[in-house]
Amino acid sequence: MEPIITVNGLEKAYASGHKALKGIDLEISRGEIFALLGPNGAGKTTLISIICGLVTATRGSVRVGGHDTVRDYKRARSLIGLVPQELHTDAFEPVRATVEFSRGLFGKRPDSGLVDGLLRDLSLWDKRDAKVRELSGGMKRRLMIAKALAHEPEVLFLDEPTAGVDVALRRDMWALVRRLRERGVTIILTTHYIEEAEEMADRVGVINKGELVLVEEKDALMRKLGKKELRLTLAEPLPGVPPGLADWKLELSADGRELRYGFDAKAERTGVPSLLARMRDLGVAFTDLETRQTSLEDIFVDLVGGKAA
Amino acid sequence: MSVGVFNARGVWAIYRFEMHRFARTLWTGLAVPVITTALYFVVFGAAVGPRMGGISGVDYGSFIVPGLMMLSLLNESINNAAFGIHLPRFMGTIYEPLSAPLSPLETVLGYVGAAATKSVTVALTILVTANLFVDVRVAHPVLMLAYLLLVAGTFSLFGFVLGIWAKGFEQLQVVPMLVVTPLTFLGGTFYSLDMLPGIWRTVALLNPVAYLVSGFRWTFFGTGDVAFGASLAATGLFLALCLAAVWWIFRTGYRLKA
Repeated sequence: MEPIITVNGLEKAYASGHKALKGIDLEISRGEIFALLGPNGAGKTTLISIICGLVTATRGSVRVGGHDTVRDYKRARSLIGLVPQELHTDAFEPVRATVEFSRGLFGKRPDSGLVDGLLRDLSLWDKRDAKVRELSGGMKRRLMIAKALAHEPEVLFLDEPTAGVDVALRRDMWALVRRLRERGVTIILTTHYIEEAEEMADRVGVINKGELVLVEEKDALMRKLGKKELRLTLAEPLPGVPPGLADWKLELSADGRELRYGFDAKAERTGVPSLLARMRDLGVAFTDLETRQTSLEDIFVDLVGGKAA
Repeated sequence: MSVGVFNARGVWAIYRFEMHRFARTLWTGLAVPVITTALYFVVFGAAVGPRMGGISGVDYGSFIVPGLMMLSLLNESINNAAFGIHLPRFMGTIYEPLSAPLSPLETVLGYVGAAATKSVTVALTILVTANLFVDVRVAHPVLMLAYLLLVAGTFSLFGFVLGIWAKGFEQLQVVPMLVVTPLTFLGGTFYSLDMLPGIWRTVALLNPVAYLVSGFRWTFFGTGDVAFGASLAATGLFLALCLAAVWWIFRTGYRLKA
């Protein structure tokens, strides 16, 4: 099946000379949740803005639902709902009217049942007649989502949906994203919270300095994350790894006080019990032990930090 | 697809949004021009007028009506359209129409159409108010309305350009206050250009607003400072300039798209 979004060789150089995107190629499948992960200034928002028609690309092309976003922008944009990162809302209009306005902009005939449903889904029903400026920050964010969904888009962009949002609202937001996915809506979210990508995404793309450094199924990524490391603090420093422990491919810290053993936590035989038994036999004593799991965060820091340094 | 050829619902959404904005300030929006007009009539109509005598056979009180309407029409058109597009830019809500399936023409129709509707409403309110003070005859009512719409549309378009150009609310005010109002006052709102001494009459003819006031006055009284054709040509030229500016803005994304 044709991907819902195809990004080809996308580049963006701003007038200041800053290169925000350096040749992005990406395909998003229909119905998936794709998390775009990256530090501030990595190019996440620029990428989204180009797809949605808010920023003009310097080079390359984007197709949404098979429609070129420049040549056939009306058809392409009709499929897209956008929730920007910043809280941009009107002030004096009633909540309900702004949602109806959004639907109208996209050329859809008025549908009060649909608007009612959105307001209920996003816990804005009680505030439907209130002026937008009377809403709290969290409510404004939900209103922006309602506006983005008002024209029943097939693709929803959520730019940093949970930045500055409290825990309860974040959970609500995640639940909403799952409900949307069940209805077949494709969701692309940007975040710099690893937790969010882990919790929700089917696939994760890591972007840094305008380049996609990794795109992978989250599950495959998580399998890599199954790797654990055992760290043993030794009672006495060792000059080198004892030959009797060679089977375990251990690493010894520079000061000789710590032994490290990498293993697959999901494997049938982790090798941990046998290692500890052998160490006792050889009289290698330790005072403390810990195991730690490589997280998405570690991979992320490796990818991003390594390149940035 | 509903938006493929012409996104009429999108235009209507913007138009309605803007009209709601005006409706929220309906009373000040209409009371101000009514009171201002009343003041002009007290000062120029009742106090100064009787000592003036008529101009080109028209009673002075009636003579200033087209100029007063034009003064408000220009200011209202420019301010409403400039504010209408500047506010979403300032609030950041401009992302919505920009990411919607709207063509530049559709976007402009919504904003400019609403601004022109309001300024024409204000101008007609002034005409009605003026009739409380003086008897105003309109020689060519259809042409008068058509010319009113043409000027309202043209200057709303100019306001739209201004609202995109302005970097803040201060710049938004500068052009109407420092350029348009003086040009309107000097453009024969309260007098006929014939009353100016030689050289100043020639200078006054360089003022584009003089052509608008004269043309509009012609639709009322059948006489003007310049030929009606010249007024139409001047308006058409300015309309073409504004259209070119809007076309350029959307083509380059000036102040709208990075």
